[in-house]
Amino acid sequence: MSDTFAQVAALNARYARCIDDGALGDWPAFFAEDCLYKVTTAENYKDGLEAGLIYADSRAMLVDRVSALSEANIYERHAYRHILGAPFIVEEGDDVARAETSFLVVRIMRDGTTDVFASGRYVDVVRLGAGGPLFAERVVVCDSSRIDTLLALPL
Amino acid sequence: MTTTVANPGLPDGTAELNRTWPSEGVTRVPYWVFEAPDVHVAEQQRVFEGPSWNYLCLEAELPNAGDFRTTFVGKLPVIVVRDRSGEINAFENRCAHRGALIALDNSGSAKSFSCVYHAWSYDLKGNLTGIAFKNGVRGEGGMPASFCMADHGPRKLRVDTVGGLVFATLAAEAPPLREYLGDEIVARIERVLAGRTPVVLGRFTQSLPNNWKLYVENVKDSYHASILHTFFTTFGLNRLGMRGGLIIDKSGGHHVSFSAIDRSVENTAEYKAEKLRSEKESYRLADPTLLQGFEEFPDGVTLQILSVFPGFVLQQIQNVIAVRQILPREVDRTDLNWTYLGFAEDTPQQRAIRNKQSNLVGPAGYVSMEDGCVGGFVQRGIAGAAGERAVLEMGGASTESQESRTTEASVRGFWKAYRTAMGL
Repeated sequence: MSDTFAQVAALNARYARCIDDGALGDWPAFFAEDCLYKVTTAENYKDGLEAGLIYADSRAMLVDRVSALSEANIYERHAYRHILGAPFIVEEGDDVARAETSFLVVRIMRDGTTDVFASGRYVDVVRLGAGGPLFAERVVVCDSSRIDTLLALPL
Repeated sequence: MTTTVANPGLPDGTAELNRTWPSEGVTRVPYWVFEAPDVHVAEQQRVFEGPSWNYLCLEAELPNAGDFRTTFVGKLPVIVVRDRSGEINAFENRCAHRGALIALDNSGSAKSFSCVYHAWSYDLKGNLTGIAFKNGVRGEGGMPASFCMADHGPRKLRVDTVGGLVFATLAAEAPPLREYLGDEIVARIERVLAGRTPVVLGRFTQSLPNNWKLYVENVKDSYHASILHTFFTTFGLNRLGMRGGLIIDKSGGHHVSFSAIDRSVENTAEYKAEKLRSEKESYRLADPTLLQGFEEFPDGVTLQILSVFPGFVLQQIQNVIAVRQILPREVDRTDLNWTYLGFAEDTPQQRAIRNKQSNLVGPAGYVSMEDGCVGGFVQRGIAGAAGERAVLEMGGASTESQESRTTEASVRGFWKAYRTAMGL
């Protein structure tokens, strides 16, 4: 197992655990300061359409999203469970790697209803080396073009 | 033999609907209207296939001859396609033979359409032009000689456009589109879209756990905005000295809610004191570039929500331009199709601002995610309460245009138009 593979897999595992455990305050720290985080659909991604359901081009924007979710936005209590595939290392350099990882996210609502909320792949640029690993880019490409009700917690 | 006229004024073949609207009129909304299967069935016929204009797509999505998209009028599947003369046509996505879907893609380019079931084929105007084995095989079988292809085909819709938006109607008696919308609504559409070339930046479907009319009510409801959506308040981004208003057309079915910067108050002491207080007491954005927009419109309007009966919305929220198509799926399921727009004339900086500000809208939007769940809260809240009614008395009983947005006038306007269409 290459060192890059192990680093990306470990980063993914920590990332999913952070969201699923509800530790959203720690979520922005997985990203580089000048990151890109975007949630889109496979169809938009294939067609090269640039808009995102969530679109952040800085870590500070992710901090703002977390504050908005905890202080401003109103939604029914729910949680996610991320099931991740093994990362595929697309390309690897000295301190940067491109990787893709499949995900399945089930959403658990207040009344116990559990549904498949999203499936897809993370298309990532991971910054390795000192201070890393961090996501320089994480594009969340959902397989479906359909979002049920709302997308509050990040994927 | 007795004949009952269940629905006076409605066309023959209209399904019967034995329902009585509360005597108070549009200040009360009976909850059965969001729950009853008979109402849901009647709406398809009377609202969506009635004398209304339904949004299909953007002209910009059909740039070339043969380009098509598939969409819906209510629940009715529709193909919208540009033909070789440049005209945009719309017809049912239903084979005239045995009813199968004709086109199976969301979009594409076609010289003609052919049903996969038995290869009945259609031109770009929806005319039946070919039938597989029409003359049989080796003199056996085939269609009767009397069968006339011109007598068979999917229903065709009348198509018209305004500001690059493609609308269609199934009803011969529907007035022309511009007359249906009225001058004020047309002007407000053109204000956003005219004179430039829309570019699709993304398409998303939000699946809502509620009846379609609960979402329409939410769009029309200028009363809830500052109460349910606290993002701007929490981050101290509310702007004093905004002026605004509500435009409701005479049918009640179309509306515009808008607010604009009132530059005349920006230098007053009251404004400055409030600004200071807000800056002290609220959270700050860690990345304030979210709201550093560009001046796109000379009129200073930073928010314009425009709806067209029955299920179309054009929004301008700061520099985020989007259209929303509201489609019923089941009594308690609705598809909300978002199309985010930019313009070919955008500079790269302007495009970046649109993408950034798109965080405000859509299923994950800072000022719109609540709209995705609040309809479900009502749908679940009214279970078992079909005999009860909602109260719509904020701002009185009128459905008139006004300066105050602390009113439910445009929600009442929707019900006025709905009752007319439904014969209720």
